Amino acid sequence: MKAASRSLYKRNSIHSDHLFGLAIYLCAALVAGAFAWIVADLLVHGLDKLSWSFLTEAPRSSGRKGGISSILVSTLAILAVTMAVALPLSFAAAVWLSEFTQQGGRLSRFVRVCLDVLAGVPSIVFGLFGSAFFCDFLGLGFSILSGGLTLACMVLPILIRATEAGLSSAPEGWRQGAAALGLSKSAALWQILLPAAAPSIGAGLMLGVGRAMAETAALIFTSGYVDRMPDSILDSGRALAVHIFDLSMNVSGGDQAAYGSALVLIVLIGLLNGVALKLSDKLLAKRISL
Amino acid sequence: MSENLQTYTLSDLKSGPVCCAPKPIIDVQNLQVKYNGVLALDEVSLQINQGCITALIGPSGCGKTSFLSSLNRLTDLIPNVEVEGTILFEGVDTRAPRIDVRQLRTHIGMIFQKPNPFPLSIRKNLEMPLREHGLKNKAELEARIQRVLEDVGLWEEVKDRLEASAMSLSGGQQQRLCIARALVLEPKVLLMDEPCSALDPISSGVVEDLILRLKGRYTVVIVTHNLAQAKRIANFAAFFWMKEKVGKLIEFGQCQQLFEEPAHELTAAYVSGSRG
Repeated sequence: MKAASRSLYKRNSIHSDHLFGLAIYLCAALVAGAFAWIVADLLVHGLDKLSWSFLTEAPRSSGRKGGISSILVSTLAILAVTMAVALPLSFAAAVWLSEFTQQGGRLSRFVRVCLDVLAGVPSIVFGLFGSAFFCDFLGLGFSILSGGLTLACMVLPILIRATEAGLSSAPEGWRQGAAALGLSKSAALWQILLPAAAPSIGAGLMLGVGRAMAETAALIFTSGYVDRMPDSILDSGRALAVHIFDLSMNVSGGDQAAYGSALVLIVLIGLLNGVALKLSDKLLAKRISL
Repeated sequence: MSENLQTYTLSDLKSGPVCCAPKPIIDVQNLQVKYNGVLALDEVSLQINQGCITALIGPSGCGKTSFLSSLNRLTDLIPNVEVEGTILFEGVDTRAPRIDVRQLRTHIGMIFQKPNPFPLSIRKNLEMPLREHGLKNKAELEARIQRVLEDVGLWEEVKDRLEASAMSLSGGQQQRLCIARALVLEPKVLLMDEPCSALDPISSGVVEDLILRLKGRYTVVIVTHNLAQAKRIANFAAFFWMKEKVGKLIEFGQCQQLFEEPAHELTAAYVSGSRG
């Protein structure tokens, strides 16, 4: 190499690292900006709709007037069914995948491929499946139960993958150490591996809750459309996302209520995320100190 | 906290029975280990004497770790492994179908190359294994935890922060905590797989001193690549070597004899540093 080309002085006043850094900052700003725009738009159009009575009153005149109390109840009921089914199932599946199958074995590989495909299936397909299987075949009809079960199928791959990723990121030394102390597999799992996987389980939970709350297509076919207060989980109920869709597409003069409902939805997702984060932190703090 | 000899408490060991009698506690006959059908360790027979330190030396990949983890059946964790032969622990065949492997492992503890404290507090690292094995009495738990921490010379360093994370300890302290964690179950045998190789020289010296102090009360089987260390601490030494891609035991005997008057030319070449 020539001495001249290795001069210690900068050749250009702008170093290429600066440009790269600038580009990275711009990308980050763009992402944050998009989110800020959505939130700002919702706040501008929906904030004056928001009130205590909006949350506690039943919708009237197809949702143009009144509130969203029955919608909120239906949404939370669907979410509760979804999580009650999906959490234990995904937990067991993830433990099976990471602790009980041979890594790289044929069966576990097959299950993983199935999960990845399942994660990529459009929600409308889940809706059709749920409608055919839960509503018709199992005879559950248009109900919160059918909707919740359909959403459970949808969020399963997210939850399983997140839990499994958390478990398998635990160093092998912990498993060996636990076995060498004569600890049972379940003790190692409950005492060491699961608490260590808590942050990633929490992250998966947030994604899953977010996806379930935001779902429209899969619910129109399964949990139904009616906006009255559901009697039980076997009754049909309208989820928030479906309500927003209906207000903005089918109800003239429903835009303001749609904005209000969307704002409530965003806040609700934020709240649930916060709770999920807190819970996983708590599980972590209880057992573990990294 | 810096890890030096001043903070290292040199009181007498309190846990474990006193036993220095050189009689075999583990008797290995014709041990064979295969991974995926390929022979990794062949025809190993040797006796581990009670209360003594037995060093396993030899180049990497010659089956020392396979041998070690056959003793506490940690090989069971590895898929597609086949172990043949007989391993008697206090006269009992450890590979018999009726053996409770978890109980066996409480009698034969193991320390790994890389310190592997659990991501729990220092106290929980020691308390959890005891609780899982059925010890619930608070006073007894406290007493045992303090005793083993004193035995490994950690008590003075950590007594004020037992609730702190074990991950916050230095590498050498972590390894001593792992030794304490093995000792807390009151084992008879300690298997050590290169316990000092991931540590800095000073921590390594502290751990080595500790191993030496365990002699007599515990039977120690230690894999080491550090020949000087083997010479310093071991009573017996076993030299493993690869022959046609299969690990074999070449020579076993008194440590001093193996280093000074090796019977086999391979041993002589290895301990003198001209091969391996």
